[in-house]
Amino acid sequence: MSKTGVIYGINGPVVYLKGNTGFKMAEMVYVGEEKLVGEVIGLDKDTTTVQVFEETTGIKPGEIVEASGDAISVLLAPGILNNIFDGIERPLSEIAKTGGAYISRGTVVDSLDKEKLWDAHMTVTVGTEVTGGTIICEVPETSAIVHKVMVPPDMEGTIVKVVPDGKYTICDTIAVLQMYDGSERELTMAQKWPIRVPRPTQKRYPATRPLITGQRIVDTLFPIAKGGTAAVPGGFGTGKTMTQHQIAKWSDADIIIYIGCGERGNEMTQVLEDFSKLVDPKSGNPLMDRTALIANTSNMPVAAREASIYTGVTLAEYYRDMGYDVAIMADSTSRWAEALRELSGRLEEMPAEEGFPAYLASRLSAFYERAGMMLNLNGTEGSVSIIGAVSPQGGDFSEPVTQNTKRFVRCFWGLDKSLAYARHFPAIHWLSSYSEYAIDLAPWYKDYVSKEFTDCRNRLMVILNQESSLMEIVKLIGSDVLPDDQKLLLEIARVVRLGFLQQNAFHPDDTCVSMEKQMKMMQTILYLYDRSKALVTMNMPMSVLKAENIFEKVIAMKYDIPNDHLEKFEEYKQAIDAFYDCVLEKNA
Amino acid sequence: MSIEYLGLSEINGPLIALEGVQDAFYEEIVELTVDGKKRELGRIIECYEDKAVIQVFGGTDNMSLQNTHTKLTGRPMEVALSPDILGRTFNGIGEPIDGLGEIESDIRRNVNGQPMNPVMREYPRNYIRTGFSAIDGLTTLIRGQKLPIFSGNGLPHDQLAAQLVKQASLGEDSEEEFAVVFAAMGVKHDVADFFRRAFEESGVSEHVAMFLNLANDPVVERLITPKVALTVAEYLAFECGMHILVILTDMTSFAEAMREVSSSKGEIPSRKGYPGYLYSELATIYERAGIVQGVNGSVTQIPILTMPNDDITHPIPDLTGYITEGQVVLDRVLNGQGVYPPISVLPSLSRLMKDGIGAGYTREDHQDLANQLFSSYAKVGDARALASVIGEDELSPIDKKYLAFGKAFEEHFVGQGPNENRTIQETLDIGWELLGMLPREELDRINTKILDQYYHPMDEEQ
Repeated sequence: MSKTGVIYGINGPVVYLKGNTGFKMAEMVYVGEEKLVGEVIGLDKDTTTVQVFEETTGIKPGEIVEASGDAISVLLAPGILNNIFDGIERPLSEIAKTGGAYISRGTVVDSLDKEKLWDAHMTVTVGTEVTGGTIICEVPETSAIVHKVMVPPDMEGTIVKVVPDGKYTICDTIAVLQMYDGSERELTMAQKWPIRVPRPTQKRYPATRPLITGQRIVDTLFPIAKGGTAAVPGGFGTGKTMTQHQIAKWSDADIIIYIGCGERGNEMTQVLEDFSKLVDPKSGNPLMDRTALIANTSNMPVAAREASIYTGVTLAEYYRDMGYDVAIMADSTSRWAEALRELSGRLEEMPAEEGFPAYLASRLSAFYERAGMMLNLNGTEGSVSIIGAVSPQGGDFSEPVTQNTKRFVRCFWGLDKSLAYARHFPAIHWLSSYSEYAIDLAPWYKDYVSKEFTDCRNRLMVILNQESSLMEIVKLIGSDVLPDDQKLLLEIARVVRLGFLQQNAFHPDDTCVSMEKQMKMMQTILYLYDRSKALVTMNMPMSVLKAENIFEKVIAMKYDIPNDHLEKFEEYKQAIDAFYDCVLEKNA
Repeated sequence: MSIEYLGLSEINGPLIALEGVQDAFYEEIVELTVDGKKRELGRIIECYEDKAVIQVFGGTDNMSLQNTHTKLTGRPMEVALSPDILGRTFNGIGEPIDGLGEIESDIRRNVNGQPMNPVMREYPRNYIRTGFSAIDGLTTLIRGQKLPIFSGNGLPHDQLAAQLVKQASLGEDSEEEFAVVFAAMGVKHDVADFFRRAFEESGVSEHVAMFLNLANDPVVERLITPKVALTVAEYLAFECGMHILVILTDMTSFAEAMREVSSSKGEIPSRKGYPGYLYSELATIYERAGIVQGVNGSVTQIPILTMPNDDITHPIPDLTGYITEGQVVLDRVLNGQGVYPPISVLPSLSRLMKDGIGAGYTREDHQDLANQLFSSYAKVGDARALASVIGEDELSPIDKKYLAFGKAFEEHFVGQGPNENRTIQETLDIGWELLGMLPREELDRINTKILDQYYHPMDEEQ
């Protein structure tokens, strides 16, 4: 008989129970006659406080709250990928089957399909010694991903019984484990894990490999490592969501967990539509086959929004344990912070900065620290990278969520309003952004891209920084009075901005660009700079150089060179040489 | 069986507390009788054991702890729904005030609505022609979108909204059923009258349901007005298959009302005194726009809000911008220069535009043209800043061209007559004509093929 309590008071998503109920902190409870899902968030001798993950309209004092005995947890088994869940892992398509177009309250659905038969290939035999994390069974979950069923982290012992390969549901016993104390446990394909507890690993590796996203400003200027953390802050309309979509589509992670936390319903629909249609360039499979979506839109209950990012990161850790590289897109962590604030306000806690609770920073750090490149319990290596969008109030980066996030991420892609107004996308500003991984990853770039890579990257940064200080002068007196070498610098900076940093997400070639092409583009631009500089030192005026149209040609190379015809860069080099000769000849 | 409770235990602003209540539930509606005559509605916003805190819609004037009778209705706030609602006028909580009697219907819905399941949504793609170049060309409105107008006091947002209703209703798909749900929260009598007249003049008043909570009506009612209006809109759209345009004005008053009630409840304030749940509350309103799979109708929202002190970073426009799919921003400087509509194009945006324009929807060159106009107009700002320091005469020839382009853009593209209804073709052609003022090498956002086809440089003499 499970423990129960009686509702005493209701305030929005927060419900109070009277007396000492014997519930545990963070325990999952069922509230009222409709059995709404809730979580215990406060206990004292007289009152138990519960946050409810659904609308509380219609709940009366006196209704019963029942404890489940478990912390709020998610079910981990095949069927997670190519699926869309709400903040507490309820599949939205199943909810739609029972509730129609709207999400009604108290809908009871299984997190994962318990009827579906999966093709299981057993990888252990009777007598195998297993520990937590040992892979016991392989299941092709989607065309792209093999799901590896593991022994839950807290179990070890000897396998005493195994079923033959074949078709099983996630509830069927596929092996029996004898623990070292002699007790026997039945293993199925499914395991439960509490969302607020990180899954254990053996050790954490330093960042050594980049997460290649196909976005030039990210990969070249501000790279993120596999297992790294990045924040994308920006006011509304600056393209946070677009940046996240692009990375979710094109990054070389094995698995994407996309968390729509307190964002727009239509956006989630768009992700669902787009990702089902788009094909993963690496494997040729639909993108949804490597993606799980968690949608807790802004009008869905606020407590579930708070839970959604933990649900997402737990799913990610589970796939990491199988040895995959997982990337999480959390859009947006500010909505999550606001959910914290809202609940904190309802609990009448003492507010800190801007009404956010004082524990905002520790919650944020606990979330971002769940990222990392790890040595898993079973000896495989996997990573969880977190890319969190931040929606600062009024686009002001000094607000608490942005500032606290900055302390815990190592990569910062600051989106800029004026770039977005000029429709320069991605609107990541090169001066306010940074990546601490750039140094860690330099050896990788040297080995796998080019020896010159880091030098070229640094030269681009220098050009952009010099441009910004020159622009201060130009704003005051105009560009006409500058000497020619500075005019050239401005011109090259323009080529870098328009030809390299700006990237068109809707252009079939430009939407995702390989490291090789990025490197060649960078080299071409710098080659143009070197040759033009040589001309300017010979006192050739900038007006003559600009008359040749070579700058426009180089800007357009992102469109004009198809991704599979990189040999065309040679033509550009020749064109630059021809331009050099031509200017010399004309003005000798 | 309904019990009446005599007397109250506490009155505080619009809130009253009642003790010894049985079976009251959260968000339940109660009926109040004061001195045996005045009937008021209230809503339970907190309950603790046998104590209920009730928000009184009509205000607590004349109430005393003794003279009030409270009756629990046993249901949350509901509204009766029928297609007959069109052409009628209601007060802020959905009671008819046009003297034509109650809405007779068996269908009653909870006004709080329920979140729409993202998997059942259909991604909006069909554009609505509004006849405004600045909107059609640069921030295209899509059916099922929520596109707010960020305005300020004294700017012509009402005219813009009224003209938009008039022109959008005359779009190409006129055979489809189109209706307007108009919700006024705390607006002046003149404004409500203006809209009523505008709807009559444009001949759509038979297709309009008006919900009016005027500036001197009870503040608490305002919190319900948009929810009632949207419940009606959802019914007409998803059950009667109509295309509904919802105009909500003024969202600022709605947020102010929330702050007022929140503070009398003694809640902990967050930004600028607004309650912490302002975002969630706004979202439950705005997110009720959209299209449901397999259903004909759609709900398109145009909320209007006046930015306090024209400050776009104020919590109300700020949070709104994070929820809605873009925004149309009005600008006081343009208005001062006599440009109508005074749409400030740079901060304006339509997030759904990219999927609803181009070949098959509007015209193949639309996206490129829009990008280029944005980018070129952004440079006009730089040129103007420079001109204000060194004087216009000292500018380089190209900067001078930008100045001329900027002026023409504001006058001829953004500006148009109060009755001018432009087609998409006209809008795009004007755009190309303006780009003709700039040399071709400045147009770096446009595909070469499209440039060849549409770009015609303007003669220097002109």
